[in-house]
Parts: sequence; C-alpha cells; structure tokens
Amino acid sequence: MPELTSIPRLLARNAEKFGARAAYREKEFGIWQSWTWAETADEIEALALGLLDIGLEEGEHIAIIGRNRPQFYWAMVAAQSVGAVPVPVYQDSVAEEIAYVLDHCGARMAIVEDQEQVDKIIEIKDRLPGLKDILYVDKRGMRKYDHSHMTPYSEVQDMGRAAKGRHEAELNRRRDAADYDDTCVMLYTSGTTGRPKGVVLSNRNIIETSKASAEFDKLTEAESILAYLPMAWVGDFIFSVGQAYWCGFCTNCPESTATMYENLHEIGPTYFFAPPRYFEERITILTIRMEDASAWKRGMYGYFMKHAAKVGPKILDGETVGFMDRVKHAVGNVLVLRPLRNRAGMSNVRVAYTAGEAIGPEIFEFWRSLGINLKQLYGQTEASVFITQQPDNEVRADTVGVPSPGVELKIAESGEVFYRSPGVFVEYYKNAESTADTKDAEGWVATGDAGFIEESSGHLRIIDRAKDVGKLASGALFAPKYVENKLKFFPNILEAVVHGADRDYCTAFINIDLTAVGNWAERNNIAYGSYQELAGHPEVLSTVQGHVEEVNRSLATDEMLSGCQIHRFLVLHKELDADDGELTRTRKVRRKIIGEKFHDLVTALYDGSDKVSTETEVTYEDGRKGSIKATLEIRDAKTAEVTAKTLEAAE
Amino acid sequence: MNAMAGNYTTADGRQIGGVMMEMKNITLKFGGVTAISDISFDVHEGEIRAIIGPNGAGKSSMLNVISGFYHPQEGEVWFRGSKRPAMKPYEVARQGVARTFQNIALFDGMSTLDNIMTGRLTHMKSPMWRQALWWGKAEAEEVANREQVEKIIDFLEIQHIRKTPVGRLPYGLKKRVELARALAAEPKLLLLDEPMAGMNVEEKEDMSRFILDVNDEFGTTICLIEHDMGVVMDLSDRVVVMDYGRKIGDGTPDEVRGNQDVIDAYLGVEH
Repeated sequence: MPELTSIPRLLARNAEKFGARAAYREKEFGIWQSWTWAETADEIEALALGLLDIGLEEGEHIAIIGRNRPQFYWAMVAAQSVGAVPVPVYQDSVAEEIAYVLDHCGARMAIVEDQEQVDKIIEIKDRLPGLKDILYVDKRGMRKYDHSHMTPYSEVQDMGRAAKGRHEAELNRRRDAADYDDTCVMLYTSGTTGRPKGVVLSNRNIIETSKASAEFDKLTEAESILAYLPMAWVGDFIFSVGQAYWCGFCTNCPESTATMYENLHEIGPTYFFAPPRYFEERITILTIRMEDASAWKRGMYGYFMKHAAKVGPKILDGETVGFMDRVKHAVGNVLVLRPLRNRAGMSNVRVAYTAGEAIGPEIFEFWRSLGINLKQLYGQTEASVFITQQPDNEVRADTVGVPSPGVELKIAESGEVFYRSPGVFVEYYKNAESTADTKDAEGWVATGDAGFIEESSGHLRIIDRAKDVGKLASGALFAPKYVENKLKFFPNILEAVVHGADRDYCTAFINIDLTAVGNWAERNNIAYGSYQELAGHPEVLSTVQGHVEEVNRSLATDEMLSGCQIHRFLVLHKELDADDGELTRTRKVRRKIIGEKFHDLVTALYDGSDKVSTETEVTYEDGRKGSIKATLEIRDAKTAEVTAKTLEAAE
Repeated sequence: MNAMAGNYTTADGRQIGGVMMEMKNITLKFGGVTAISDISFDVHEGEIRAIIGPNGAGKSSMLNVISGFYHPQEGEVWFRGSKRPAMKPYEVARQGVARTFQNIALFDGMSTLDNIMTGRLTHMKSPMWRQALWWGKAEAEEVANREQVEKIIDFLEIQHIRKTPVGRLPYGLKKRVELARALAAEPKLLLLDEPMAGMNVEEKEDMSRFILDVNDEFGTTICLIEHDMGVVMDLSDRVVVMDYGRKIGDGTPDEVRGNQDVIDAYLGVEH
C-alpha cells in the first residue's frame, strides 16, 4: 500500500480495509440509502473517469455548490483523483458572491445541485470566460436548458464507466502523482472584512490535522456523524472528509435542510459539532415545549434538571459525588435526562464540540448537565480548524482549551494570539501580500484575536477580535464582542452590536429573537404583524432594557471591562442579514458596514435624542431590493457602580 | 398560431399533443339561474390551460362539470376520444382526472403522508379485509404506493412535514399537500381550483414553479382556474375567458390580453 498522503489514497485504503462498512448515508424518499466504502470508491472512480473524459487538466479548479450530499463529497475526492482542486462554495451565496469566487479561482467547471444554482451560474457566466462545463445533480426542471455545456452528474459517471478502458491508466498516473504538499482543497474565508480570501490547504495540512485530532478524541471507524454544516466551511471538510477518511467512519447527509432535527434523531451520531447558536436554539425550543407540558411533567423536569445541574457535570468529569446524589441522578436520568438526550438526537454522542463564537455559560452547563460531553475548540480556516481544544474532564465555558497536538501558541505584546502547526495553510490564493501579512517566515500565523493564557490551567481565553479591541475616550479598555456575547446569552436577544471606540460611553444596537419574543407575545396576547412591529413594542423594549442593565451589573464586577457598560440602546427595525451584507455567511457581525449603513442611528445614540427616524434598504431572498422606514425609540439604561478594583487600562 | 388545429408547439418549445378533453356547448342551470351558457372549448394533451374570469363568471362550475360533480343540462363532454356519459365524481377520478379545491379539503387530523396516501386510493386493488390485515398482495401494493407517494413528497419538497398533522400546517403548505394528493393519483388531467388564492408573492412563485415542473416532469395536462392575471399569463399556454356564464375569449395569453371583450369584462365598461 502506498503511503497515505492524499484523500484518494485514504479512500483506496478504506475500500480495502473497511469495504463492507457504510461510508455514506443519505435519506431519500423517506429511507436511509447507504453506500459502503467499496461502493463509494466505485462511484468516485466513475466520476473521476468522466471528468477525464470531459478533458479536465491537472491543477484546474472545480467549484462545488450544493448542500451536504454524498455526490458532492464524491465530487471533491474525484477532483483530487484527477489532480484538480475542489473549491466548495456556500450554496446560499447570491450570484454576485459566487461570481467573485469562481472568477478569483478561475474555475474550469462547476458541479452544482439543482436548477436554482444553475440559474445563478448562467446569470454570471458571461463574466467567467474560464468556466467551460456545468454538472448538475438534480435533473428537475432542467429539461428546457441549453445542454451544450451542461451535463447531469450521473451521465458523467456513465461516461466515465464507459470510458474506463481509455482513461484508467491516466487516472492511475494522476492519482499516484499526488504529493503530500500538493493542494488538497481551497476554501474561501467568509470575509468579515473585505473580499473573501482563498485559503489553500495541502494534503499535509488536512491529513496531519485529521490524524492528530482523531487521536486526541480517540475517534475510530465506528463513529457516525451528521453532515449538515455548509460544505464550504473548513470544519465540514475536516470532519466529513479529513477525519472521516482518516478513521474510515460514516458521514450521514440529511434529507433536506428542514429535516435536520428529525434526521439527527434518527441517526444518533457519536461525534457531533454545532455552533453555539444551535445549542441555544434547541434549548429555546425545549423550554417552549416544556411550558406547554402537563404540570406533572414540568415538575419532574424542574426537579431533576436542578439536580442534574448540580451533579451532572461532576459525574461527567469523573469527580466524586455522594451516594444519595448518585441515586437521585440515576432516577432523573431514566425519567428526564435520557428522554431529553434522545429527543435531541444526542443519545449516542461521545464527543461534541462547539466553536465559532462564545457560548453562554448557562447553555454550556445545561448540555453538560444532561450528560453530554460538550467541549469547546478554537480554530480557523488557516489552521485547518484546530488551534486549541478542551481535553475530556477539563471543560469550562469561558476557555477554549489547551493547544491541540502539534500546535505551538504565543501571545504577542499587543495581546494577539499567534500559532504554528502542521495544519498551517500554504497561502492565500493569488494574494501574496495578505499571506505575508498573516504568516511570517517562521510559520507563525496571526489569529487576529486577542486573548491570554490562564496561568492556573494553561487554557487559552479569547477576549475579542484584536482589531476591534479599542479604548473609550477615557482610556478604558473597549471589547465590543465580549459585551455583545453577554447580551446574546439572553434568549430574547439574537444579535447585538456595541459601539464605543473613542467615544465617551458605550451604546448598543439590539436584534430581538423572533422565536423567543414571538412566543412570549403569543402567550401575553400581544398581536404583531411583523418583526418591526414586535421590535418596537414598549414591553419588549422594557424587557431588553432589563437585560442590558443586568449585563451592566455583571460588567461592573469585571476589572478589565467595567468601562464597557451600555448607557443607551435601541432595538433595530430589521434583522441583521447576510443578504444585506451586515453579517458574514457564517453570521458574524460586520461592524464597519453596520456602522456606515446605520450611521444616522449611531449619531442619534450619542446626541441625546430619544427618537430617530430612518429608512433602510433591504435585499429579498430572490435578490430584489426594497426599503423599510421606521421610527425607533432610544432608551437609556441604568449603569451599575463599578465594584471591581479598576486596573489602569493598557497596563 | 392556430391553437385549434391539434398538435402545436408552445412559445417555450414544448410539443403539445392532440385534443384530450373537449367541452361541447355546455349549458348548466340551477333552477332559473344559468351558471354556464353554451360554452365550448378543448384541452390538449400536455398543455397548461387556464380558465379565468371575474367573480361569479362560472369558472368553478365549469371545473365541477369536468370533474363530474355537476351534470350539465345541455352539451357533451368528450374525454380521450369518446363521449362521456353522466358519471359520478369517483368514476371520473378513475378515468384519470384529479383535482384540488378552492377551499382546502384535506383530512385535518391525519398526517401529510396519510393525506397523500388517500390519493392512491384508485390504485388500490386488494379488498379491504386484506388491506386491514396488511397481508399478502396488500402489503406489496402498499409499499409500491408508498414509494410513489415518497417521490411526490420529494418533488414538492415537503419532507419536513411528512408526519405533521395537516391541521397544524400553514395555509401555503396545505395547498401544497393538496396538490401532492392530487398528483398521487397519477392523473392524466389535473384540475386546480385557484391554486394561488390567498398566497403571498413568494408562495405564489413557489407554486408556479411546482405547476410548471409537474407539467414538465410528468407530462401532466393541467387545467386551472386563477384570479391572479400575472400568474395566469406567465403559466398557461392557452386561456379561456368567461364572464356571466358565457365564453368571451379563448386563445394564447397574448391574444386574450388584446381582446376588447376581455378588457371590458375586467376593467368594466359604460353601458
């Protein structure tokens, strides 16, 4: 067996070693269909031969646009097999965003899901002279299209099977030619600032990282995961391709985006990743459902959850717990915890991770007290995900863990976190300048995040984006994201944007959570016609004010950030949206764009007025534009007296 | 284009076959009220045919005549080359005509899946006792029927509500479930009574997409009634216009749009 230095080689090993084990499952027509590793190898080979038949050259780029489906994972490995570079693209991107990525990487071919994606490509095709072929998976509605440069995916596989004799030697040559330092995949960063950048990751990056992280959590071929996060995101590539091929475990694809919860419940994965938002959302749903349950069930839930919160995490970490407490916990486990885990599709979960944003301590503790080994990690596309992660039994809500195996960390004087690892990316595609800015000659990469290593535990703590950390006019430290996260821990608050750099005091924009607040409105017979109307309701404003004041009280006890208390706030009249460019596709706030777009509101927050009228342009899902007008009420929030001993800022 | 001459090709290049259904001089009266008076038109194999007209023009009555719910006092209904005798609605259904209703008529307490399964009723051959025991051929039959239903669920993208009781669904989705049930019968002719009534723009766009895809993918002939003129003009190959029970126009959307009688009926005219 050749050395395992590329994904196609791992595939060959898996087909031999785990031939009869399931590699992929997808629910279709109400039934879970599955493909073994041997069948997967056949499917991928057929497609790879088909790509050769079309005339794909080594080093060319293939854009892949669709939701998580086996066909797209196969397409990535087929591309690698013929020496091409797969470039997964966010499937909900608008045509303009896709045009940028395809143009930037000079994609030769696009493999897409359905008519919707084909339409987007056709719309921008004139600007993409390099794009020669489109392959699509779902044939529905495609009959009337001009098929001179368009082929159904399955037909390309048929072409490949038919042409096996002609192209097999070439396929073998290209597969064997793959070097450990050749490009494995190119992923575009979501672009919190400016245009997305193409991160080139080599086979070495992906395979070394997958190997180390699989060993860290003792992952085996027996794991099972649900692939539901965007394929263009590095995490999905590492979990569903890197680790899955390294360990040989099964990747399950949901029936549709809307059936994810149900499919999760059916599959019961053993290894699970979700952003904090997901864990929050599920608690919101659970809480709403419990409020509708019978008094008996509510009582049981309240009683045993309280006990689980006390002893659950300790039992999970193997600490000593009194005998009676254990008995009570065991009863609660049977009556409440186990059914809850089952409903959440978490019955079999051995390792669960969350990352990407800070997670609320209550949310984190809730899942751990249910008996789920939820941990945090800190990562980046540029690091092939893993920078730090929490080992079992050293899990806390406010840290992101110790350096992952093979990763070195250092904190610069400015507070910015730097790392160096085998997973460090090769370069930003066609952007030597940015590469040099991010990665120095010794291989140290700037994360752009400010943080510090906690002396007592050796764990890393992240405060904020380094460039967002600033100072108030008084010189006190200003860390907007830290405050925003505290606000977002309230279920009623979906999103928050805090202003204050070089100002006298901090202010905030708030987005309410329509699920949570809408449910509250329904219970209290408050009628509302739209998000805007609910957001402007005086009682909603008072509730939000209560939350803001609570955050202020908690900030007052923080020695570094007591200056960040929020003096004034308003509830925005629209939800911040990636389609309007206010959030990235991974839902991170684009601070600068929001500041410019709503500059009239920011002005009003600082000039003392108690009302402001505004008009905002919005983009609908189909790309059309409209505008909404609103008059927003600005409220003053009480600030708390600083109780902590204030450190001199910047000392 | 002479639409009456049998086979023709549409503007978007679809081949339309010969006459599938022909209504000849239909007159329908309720006591002294004449709902439809002396109307003739035909529906070709594979086309999307719309019936439009102001409120009370007799559109739904016409659809009820086609589906066998009303029996006209005068006139003949020809279906696939032979004259249709007075039939019960279920007999018409067995001939391959399925419909949806203006006011949704689903079983609220049953799941989406079960509702759509009822559409397969005309394809069930086993006797009831065998079905109740789920034994022998009945089992194989149900599996085959379920497979067909799953294809439709996939087609209309309603996997996520497969097990949800229909009564809990929002309006737009109920409409889609109703369409699914009609499709489950694998109809030759699909009758849609105001498929977009009460929908918002996005739901209308989705529904239009589904109607076009059904026609394209399954080759189903569709006859629909609709109020929204924009939708009708975009969707249909030919349009019949009714007013006060009479036919005042018949032709392609462009022809109908230019017809003075139609303009008068919609915009009103001084008498």
